[in-house]
Amino acid sequence: MEVLVTRQINKYFYEPEKFQVLKEINLTVNRGEFLSLVGKSGCGKSTLMYVLSTMDTDYEGQLEIAGQKLTGKKQDELSAFRNEHIGFVFQFHYLLPEFTVLQNVMMPALKQSKYAREDIRDKAMHRLKTLGVEEHAHKPSNKLSGGQQQRVAIARALINDPDIIMCDEPTGNLDTYNTHLVFDIFRQLTSESNQTIITVTHDDEFASKTDRIVQMSDGRVVV
Amino acid sequence: MAGNRFQLTFEIAKVHLLSKPKQTIIAMLGVTFGIAMFIALVGLMTGLNDFTEDITMTSAPDIHIYKDITKPRQSILQQIYPNDMVWVYHQKPKNELTKVRNAKKIIELIRKNELVRGVAPALSSQVFCNYGPVQLNGYILGVDIMEEDKLFGIKSKMKEGRIEELLANREGIIMGKGLAQKLDTKKGDRVVITTPEGYTMTLKIVGIFQMGIGVIDNVRCYANIGTVQTILQQDPSYITDINIKLTDRHLAKKIAAELEAKFDTKAEDWETANATFLTGVIIRNIITYAVSVTLLIVAGFGIYNILNMTIYNKMKDIAILKAMGFAGGDVKSIFMIQSLIIGVIGAMAGLLIGYGLSVLISKTPFNGGDIISLDHFPVNFDLKFYMIGVVFGVITTAVAGYMPSRKASKIDPIEILRGQ
Repeated sequence: MEVLVTRQINKYFYEPEKFQVLKEINLTVNRGEFLSLVGKSGCGKSTLMYVLSTMDTDYEGQLEIAGQKLTGKKQDELSAFRNEHIGFVFQFHYLLPEFTVLQNVMMPALKQSKYAREDIRDKAMHRLKTLGVEEHAHKPSNKLSGGQQQRVAIARALINDPDIIMCDEPTGNLDTYNTHLVFDIFRQLTSESNQTIITVTHDDEFASKTDRIVQMSDGRVVV
Repeated sequence: MAGNRFQLTFEIAKVHLLSKPKQTIIAMLGVTFGIAMFIALVGLMTGLNDFTEDITMTSAPDIHIYKDITKPRQSILQQIYPNDMVWVYHQKPKNELTKVRNAKKIIELIRKNELVRGVAPALSSQVFCNYGPVQLNGYILGVDIMEEDKLFGIKSKMKEGRIEELLANREGIIMGKGLAQKLDTKKGDRVVITTPEGYTMTLKIVGIFQMGIGVIDNVRCYANIGTVQTILQQDPSYITDINIKLTDRHLAKKIAAELEAKFDTKAEDWETANATFLTGVIIRNIITYAVSVTLLIVAGFGIYNILNMTIYNKMKDIAILKAMGFAGGDVKSIFMIQSLIIGVIGAMAGLLIGYGLSVLISKTPFNGGDIISLDHFPVNFDLKFYMIGVVFGVITTAVAGYMPSRKASKIDPIEILRGQ
């Protein structure tokens, strides 16, 4: 079953001069797929990822996630959509430094405010436990190591049971040990929980182990 | 679950404020200082205004009826040839009595008006007061002392003696404290009064009063109407002034005009008589508000700066909040809440400190000297100014916080998330 569909997506940069960065992207991602977007820097893979993330709305073509057409929606609707359907993991963890680990993980769910605070708390603790960082739950997030922070970021991405997790170089800042750890977590999520993951990476070894590799070159999907 | 959502933005705002306590406190101090100064300044200024207004107004009539001999009059030529071109240069003033015609009748009529609280006839004259070798300028006022008391509360202003003693003593006089001191006289002493026409009479001091205003206490004496009529060698219908107090002072202007038309005599209201004094009040108010508003605007710039800095430092956090589903409005409210918390807490502290300063000022000894009898600063503790202070403070912080908050809400998360 498809969870993400794009039709004829084109995107231009206008600075310093007009330049087509994405060319006729037609992409379909199925539920439970572990997909990696690869290519040389400047090929447009990150740009495509941010279009898919709904944060970038300046494109032509159509984007559909979880059966909903997202092209042309208002910013506020897209924010709410992201909150419920997409989880993010970035290269630099991007935890909120003034908050504890647990507060960071709870934040998207508190924003959604669909469940009671206690339930969200239990769920967040459970996520932290499965990712092996529950003993750090009450520490300020900036006191953790890079690998630990990235696991907390994954827990945060998962808290609202999103349809897709999108990652921008999730292992780009990690050592080999933690890279393997993060990969294993993703592998487990996709195979056991049928979680869809789209990740941008330039780590070929990491990409080679994923279910599907989308190779990009000069703004086009090559493979 | 909207409450829950607000709770979250509020919590984030709180964490931001608490994570940089020094910066937060400095921003608050700006507001606190502005409002404290506003409260103290306004309290002192309006306190002084009210005090001077009070003593001026209690000792002055709302409407003063007298005969205006400086009023330009028609020359005889003009009266005879009203339609011809007649010029009379440098006309000499006519020797006129300053008597108010039909004073008794006028008083009776005015008393019937229900807006009038009291009417008192008086006649006055410049005099010399002699006591031993000392000779001083004075101003004698022939009054019905009981009526006068109803209007100006003379009883409460008496320092020595009682006003009733004047009624019992036809040759008695109640003297201003300043004048009595200069003459070095006490109650029971006899002073010699000389009119400009040269008539002399010896009067006994039966009391000493103090209004609290130098210009009155240093010259004025009260005596019975009959006594003054005698020393001025005038008949018993001779009245030069009619003083009126109204139930509402602010109607004076209108009623004065009515009386002037009705009785064909000069009727001056207190606003016209004290025009310079009222201008002073207005100017003091303008200065007070200008200084306070300036202080608050400076505090506003402080908040603007600090929030701008906070937002610059929190670009990454804002981007991640937006990625995880916070809308622009949520981000805006996070920072608006911060500036409002700074504003409200700063304003409350400002009120407390402002109140403290006001109390200190009101306890400060201050010598009004001869001009007004004052031993400490009068301070106004009107709740109205405290409300204005809070409202002003919160509005300033809201305006100062709005611009940075809006900027934060417009931050494009992609630029920040992929820039690194």
